[in-house]
Amino acid sequence: MHEEIIVSGRNNPLIDPQLHIWHWEIPLYLFLGGLAAGVLFFAALYTIRGRENDYRTAVKIAPFVAPIALVIGLIALFLDLHHKLYFWRLYTTIRLDSPMSWGAWTLMLVTPISMLWCALHIKELFPKWDWKFDIIKDVLAFFEKNKKVLAWIMLISSAVLGIYTGILFSAFNARPLWNTSILGPLFLASGLSAGSAITIWLSKDHAERKRFAQLDLIIIGIELFLIIHMFMGFLASTQVQIDAANLFLGGEYTAPFWIFVVILGMIVPAILEILELRKYKIPVVIPVVLVLFGSLMLRFIISYAGQVSRWLY
Amino acid sequence: MRYAMAIDTKKCVGCSDCVVACQTENDVPIGFCRDWVVEVMDGTYPQLELEIRSERCNHCENSPCVRCCPTGASHYNEGGVVLVEKNKCIGCSACITSCPYDARFVHPEGYVDKCTFCLHRVKKGMQPACVAVCPTKCMYFGDLDNPRSEVSMILEKRKWKTLIPEAGTKPHLYFLI
Repeated sequence: MHEEIIVSGRNNPLIDPQLHIWHWEIPLYLFLGGLAAGVLFFAALYTIRGRENDYRTAVKIAPFVAPIALVIGLIALFLDLHHKLYFWRLYTTIRLDSPMSWGAWTLMLVTPISMLWCALHIKELFPKWDWKFDIIKDVLAFFEKNKKVLAWIMLISSAVLGIYTGILFSAFNARPLWNTSILGPLFLASGLSAGSAITIWLSKDHAERKRFAQLDLIIIGIELFLIIHMFMGFLASTQVQIDAANLFLGGEYTAPFWIFVVILGMIVPAILEILELRKYKIPVVIPVVLVLFGSLMLRFIISYAGQVSRWLY
Repeated sequence: MRYAMAIDTKKCVGCSDCVVACQTENDVPIGFCRDWVVEVMDGTYPQLELEIRSERCNHCENSPCVRCCPTGASHYNEGGVVLVEKNKCIGCSACITSCPYDARFVHPEGYVDKCTFCLHRVKKGMQPACVAVCPTKCMYFGDLDNPRSEVSMILEKRKWKTLIPEAGTKPHLYFLI
């Protein structure tokens, strides 16, 4: 039998025997960033289309999730850094080749925008809120007047945020599993799905819930389509990418991926949403939690499995 | 100027002198290494072939680590040597995940560390520590742009390969076969 035995003297911590340099912080951040992107995207979309009053939760309530998610995500990102006190170096340069630089600057734009959006709608949550200082009121009045422009900026920047969470991985050609441009749209779709799930959860309006359940169904369909295409791409590619796909097709990540991400995170909530649209009584929290769980697991599994996949030499 | 290294897999005995020399010269923290020895046994018994390689950072011409670095800490220095400026490094590990050779690691102080081709020695006209110490003289270091350099001449004369050329990194570490 032909055999190849490779013995390496290298045993660097976190690198060998298998790369495991990114732990829970990165996938958690990618989930929260995607969720924030999804929520902000819908808020901006329906503002631009002038449907603020039809989709009140999506435009005025759900966006409050975004700054909270982004701040927790930023804390996770900070915890991930090994040379923490130098984090400000991210903001002394712009490097167009580096997805991480894109991400740092996108967050620098999206986080304040999400906070501004919440400030504009704070009276929806706290009707007696008073800003006390006139200058704050003047600034908010300015943005209130130019809300459509702000919504356009938010729409584009949230889409960039959603796509970038996937591009961060796909830019690494050293990890064959990540090296597919499908991850950009897949993570964006997953973030939009999580965003619409949150809206369904928070909304008390039947028509709005119905619209977002329909949207979520379409997005889940797109996600399944993208996942199938991802595997088709891998299996038609080089040996390293076939090996990467095999991590999910019989390899060590098969069960978690198909059970947690695809079945529990996509197919089951899709069925529940269809049943709900057909007037069956289903507690709304079940599909919502499943979608959020699937979205989180997608990030964790792609992150961990990607670090296992490698070139052969 | 393009610095490169050629390593003769037919002469290397895998003694790991290069590893120890590097750890001593560069004060590499205990438990880590910037260079290492790989032994590949290949074939069908009893027709077996053994290849021994002293590996380190490939100082790629098209480095994914330099491309991915969000702060510019990973950069091309003199002669195309890829270095990490530790006061710019935030320890985000993007370069570590981007390296198909897994040549980098996180230094216990937090920044990312790797082989420097001993640029501090090379600038003084000396050879990298691993090359200088090799007991079988299986390593050659020099400038690829100078046709009379030791490394250019040996690459001219011998058959060689690079590691994962299909990754598109254009490595500057050559293995004589």
